[in-house]
Amino acid sequence: MTIQSENPAEAGRFGRFGGRYVPEALIPALDEIAALYAEIKDDPEFQGEFQHLLHSYAGRPTPITEVRRFAEHAGGARILLKREDLTHTGAHKVNNVLGQALLTKRMGKTRVIAETGAGQHGVATATACALLGLDCVIYMGEVDTERQALNVARMKLLGATVIPVKTGSRTLKDAINEAFRDWVANVDHTHYLFGTVAGPHPFPDIVRDFARIIGVEARQQVLDLTGRLPDAVAACVGGGSNAIGIFSAFIPDTGVALHGYEAAGRGVETGEHAATLTEGSVGVLHGARTYLLQDEEGQTLESHSISAGLDYPGVGPEHAWLKDSGRASYHAVTDEAAMNAFALLARTEGIIPAIESSHALAGVLELGRELGPDATILVNLSGRGDKDMGTAMTYFNL
Amino acid sequence: MTSLSTVFEKTRAEGRAALVGYLPAGFPSAEGCVAAATAMVEAGCDVIEVGLPYSDPLMDGPTIQDAVHRAMVNGTRIADVFRAVEGIAATGAATLVMTYWNPVYRYGAERFASSLASAGGVGVITPDLTPEVAGPWREAAAGAGLDTVFLVAPSSTEERIAAVTECCSGFVYAASLMGVTGARASVGAAAEGLVARTRAHTDLPVCVGLGVGTGAQAAEVAAYADGVIVGSAFIRRLLDAPDEATGLKGVTALAEELAAGVRSRA
Repeated sequence: MTIQSENPAEAGRFGRFGGRYVPEALIPALDEIAALYAEIKDDPEFQGEFQHLLHSYAGRPTPITEVRRFAEHAGGARILLKREDLTHTGAHKVNNVLGQALLTKRMGKTRVIAETGAGQHGVATATACALLGLDCVIYMGEVDTERQALNVARMKLLGATVIPVKTGSRTLKDAINEAFRDWVANVDHTHYLFGTVAGPHPFPDIVRDFARIIGVEARQQVLDLTGRLPDAVAACVGGGSNAIGIFSAFIPDTGVALHGYEAAGRGVETGEHAATLTEGSVGVLHGARTYLLQDEEGQTLESHSISAGLDYPGVGPEHAWLKDSGRASYHAVTDEAAMNAFALLARTEGIIPAIESSHALAGVLELGRELGPDATILVNLSGRGDKDMGTAMTYFNL
Repeated sequence: MTSLSTVFEKTRAEGRAALVGYLPAGFPSAEGCVAAATAMVEAGCDVIEVGLPYSDPLMDGPTIQDAVHRAMVNGTRIADVFRAVEGIAATGAATLVMTYWNPVYRYGAERFASSLASAGGVGVITPDLTPEVAGPWREAAAGAGLDTVFLVAPSSTEERIAAVTECCSGFVYAASLMGVTGARASVGAAAEGLVARTRAHTDLPVCVGLGVGTGAQAAEVAAYADGVIVGSAFIRRLLDAPDEATGLKGVTALAEELAAGVRSRA
């Protein structure tokens, strides 16, 4: 649902957020993508192809799992996990990349570039490109290539070229800058397969729509299982694509509370965090007006999170709008609380979650106690934790 | 304070293109930037663009990224940008600021425009603002009497060139190629065609930037454009020099070469 701004000439606005703040050179490409996307959005042939890949390749629909032993630690509320960790490649990212890779083919482009933080979007992109025969280049901050070496190896094995980005803070935001630089120079044959609901219009719309299957499935599954809608839906928020994916199906259900959990890192008071919505201010980053971490002169601040996937100083503009409109609420969860929830889910349920998703799990431990034993909470388990075992070994001295 | 219209009246009367040089404020140091820009003016630059160092310069190639990074490590703030403008405008060159939008938005567009005008700046180039989102800045700039320079690119349609030039004052910045800033072996082949297409929509001067770094390239561009914009090649002279004095000599030599180029119109 795109909210029209007061100025209808400004496409892709969510209230006062979103828009396009990019070099003129990229506008025709963004227009081309927007026009083609408008065409294929409701095209049965394209949607059929997309749904077929989601079922036969990505492993959809993913189940929901009730976690009773975990829920004992959350005041006894009924907790249901949407199991995006069970998709092919191990995280929800696969939904968006399959959609955009098909879009790339439709545009007649042969090369795909993408940014990645934790490496999940990079792995998913490399996977879709291998499947559909597209050249693939992944930009990844040098810091992230070190902490996610296993994913770098995966991408290479899948045939992608991984370029470590050595500028700025050498993390996700710098990888995005570098991908934009590549795109400006190669836009005639290259699609920038954006990994989250941030960036210039139409990326926030496209990525949301391709991720929306998460919420559509989960809403029906919760109804089937419990006979009613959940009281709350929870998800972690970095750029915000898994959260938008599960939220968007529930936005019209005003009785369902939406909770997003950002990374408080070492604690928001330390300044070392990635709590964009709860601690940031309004500005422009990576082509959209949104909340971001910035100093008083508009310089982007470096973010921190133990999870590379949440370590981003911006956030998708639709989340900024959901926050301001009051439809969703956002909270910050520390590295420590997330790691405790990570270990707790493993011990109580035999599921090792991604550290990103563990932020939502930690939030739900508290939310469950607030809402009490009669409440049902749906949590997006956005990815699995295999990639995080190195971090876990260090953190827990395993 | 020299206005852009004065500069282009003069260069047109002299039958040549204008030479526009770029340096980020605070690079190689606060004083070094003003000294280098002054040397560039003395050697023949008509217009100076002062870059506002920004954390996420997504239209800039490695050379400008490096310089901007150093400027930020040097602690360069927006007040330093205005001080640099003041120092450079004192040379008599028309002085602009080139900046991404977020620092201006955060500082306050009106406050930014009036501070820049007070420092003697005559305009701003905004590489990540397009007509659709330029409204607030154009209003603030008009209030302070600043020119607003926006970019057209080889990928721009006729409709978009019309929209962009409609928003421009002072001159139109034509990006010579699809890519980021940085000197290249040859100027994009699309540049001449883009300038011609742009002229069909406006009487404003059209200046070409991206990829120009030698006197021969300046002469080539000067044959069809009203101005030649050079940034990375100047920065490269300063980055490669063992000390600031050598860097200044290098900058002077390059400005002289380029100034001869814009006068020869090869």
